[in-house]
Amino acid sequence: MAIFVDEHTRVIVQGLTGGQGKFHGLRNKAYGTQVVAGVTPGKGGQDVEGIPVFDSVQEAVAATGANASFVSVPPKAAPAAILEAAEAGVPFVVCITEGIPAQDEARTYNRLVRDFPGTRLLGPNCPGIISPGRCNIGITSGDIALAPQAGQPAVGIVSRSGTLTYQALYELKQNGIGVSTCVGIGGDPVPGTSFIDCLAEFEKDAETKAVFMIGEIGGSAEEEAAEFIKTSMTKPVAVYIAGVTAPPGKKMGHAGAIVSGGKGTAQGKMDALAAAGARVGLNPTEAGQHIVDIVRSL
Amino acid sequence: MDLFEYQGKQYFARFGIPVSPGGVADTVDEAVAQAEAAGYPVVVKAQVQVGGRGKAGGIKLANDADEVRRHAGNILGMDIKGHVVKRLWVEHASDIADEYYASFTLDRSAKKHLLMLSAKGGVDIEAVAEEDPGAIVKLHVDPVEGLSSAMARQAAADAALAPAALDGAAAILVRLYECFTKGDCDLAEINPLILTPEGKVHALDAKVSLDANADFRHPEWEEFKATEELDEREQLARSKGLQYIGLSGSVGIIANGAGLAMSTLDVVNQVGGAAANFLDVGGGASADVMAAALEVINFDDSVKSILINIFGGITKGTEVANGIVEALSRVEVRAPIVVRLDGTLAAEGREILQPHLSDRLQFQPTMLDAARTAVALAQ
Repeated sequence: MAIFVDEHTRVIVQGLTGGQGKFHGLRNKAYGTQVVAGVTPGKGGQDVEGIPVFDSVQEAVAATGANASFVSVPPKAAPAAILEAAEAGVPFVVCITEGIPAQDEARTYNRLVRDFPGTRLLGPNCPGIISPGRCNIGITSGDIALAPQAGQPAVGIVSRSGTLTYQALYELKQNGIGVSTCVGIGGDPVPGTSFIDCLAEFEKDAETKAVFMIGEIGGSAEEEAAEFIKTSMTKPVAVYIAGVTAPPGKKMGHAGAIVSGGKGTAQGKMDALAAAGARVGLNPTEAGQHIVDIVRSL
Repeated sequence: MDLFEYQGKQYFARFGIPVSPGGVADTVDEAVAQAEAAGYPVVVKAQVQVGGRGKAGGIKLANDADEVRRHAGNILGMDIKGHVVKRLWVEHASDIADEYYASFTLDRSAKKHLLMLSAKGGVDIEAVAEEDPGAIVKLHVDPVEGLSSAMARQAAADAALAPAALDGAAAILVRLYECFTKGDCDLAEINPLILTPEGKVHALDAKVSLDANADFRHPEWEEFKATEELDEREQLARSKGLQYIGLSGSVGIIANGAGLAMSTLDVVNQVGGAAANFLDVGGGASADVMAAALEVINFDDSVKSILINIFGGITKGTEVANGIVEALSRVEVRAPIVVRLDGTLAAEGREILQPHLSDRLQFQPTMLDAARTAVALAQ
């Protein structure tokens, strides 16, 4: 088991003929992901190393039965690409694009909620999702992720940050701990998929025995996750929050990583999560050690 | 990107939001000229991006040219909470019957736009939120549906604005929403929004923060960028296309990924040091990017040691190591460097760096060790 994506996931890449789309799409395919088609308007009929390219998502889905899309197109084109996938009935859309204006992002999110409730968007501005050994959509390097090990408890990861996620995957691998699914929800102000969405799925997933959550300053998603952990989760959660020393009013690299009006501080998030029963690490290594301890004690 | 008041007012004017007649002045003479054009009495206002200007003496009423001279002379060059006043906004003083507050932001939790409107304006809205939360009307606006005139008028009525202000305020709210959405603002705030004794409603202040991601469709933002308050380090970093924020510590930071960079600042702080900057070199960390990053760090005199914290995902440790070696051959770095390199092909990367190690360049195996070493070197 895994959450959102597994070995049955059939992926199209919107933007497969572009630099990033091609690079990551082919890497995902090489990892073993079923990358069944690409979509680039005007390039239908071509192929990228054997992967057929279609003019529209609708054609690609009709021809291949795809049930997930990997959107790797520039910020100007990304909202339309996401909505095109939703319109074609694709239930799971991963958008890695960084730099989409917040207004476009908010409109796109609310269009999905109103008109396409059957589509889940992951991202934008996220590293993607990997269910190690089964499916990898996005930019995560498959080599640093360990698949669940027979007879051993597996961990689920959910994170707002890319590199910190890679570090978490890597540390778990060093410790021989497998990962059911690692979800990068992204660093933008309006992510399509929230911490809570992922925590709820991990709670339901029989294979996942504990969750490693990585948050950062800005917004209140971590506080909301804390409330969910308190009321609705039985599985143990270890947490790291980045940005304790971030100055207020500055966007720390991610569009959503900003402390404003005294809200969204790392300390506030850590306090809320600790009060909810999560084990909070003060740095990535300490949080990693918490998850190792949790798994060893299961 | 935060705008100065005068820029915010100019931006408001593009969307038809009424503001007081006035103009910008960089000298006392210019201030007098603007005052004559706006008509006395005028208000002379310091242009700094910090709250509490009035209390600091940065906002003064003037009834004639002499008073303008005196106030402008005092305010220009004044230091308000570390911000030195270089520019004034001089506008015709308005008679005020009532002061309100209005703003649009994105409510990240609700994932909708949020209108905040209050009949208690002209004061710190966060204090109002603390002391009298009922005095603030909060209305979520669906970004797909937008804000209608009827919704705006209802909000104005709910906020108990004076009856004479309802129509004018509603019209301004609709325009402010346009400014917020079409103008790609993170924040569009009017405090105070005033009602004059003649029954006119207009913006007496403007606080606008723009979404840098929307830069590509706003060529008119160029003039705002020219006056952005960046320190020299930040200007240099921007010219090199780096994600950089200047801080006040002594450990220069280079990391890949925003999360890891933030985390590096935190760890440096935990072991008793302070970072001189936030710098995310992104996924690539090529020689060019690494050299640019080292140049920016090097420019900062307060940097006493440098911590390079790289975790390779798709980025290979070997590429990063080659990047560092090549960058060091191009840039004469003043401070000693501590490198933590982990992830994909990290061992091979460390081998590449091995022959170059010295008391100026060393490895540490973990983020914590690297931070401890860098902090010790900085002290």
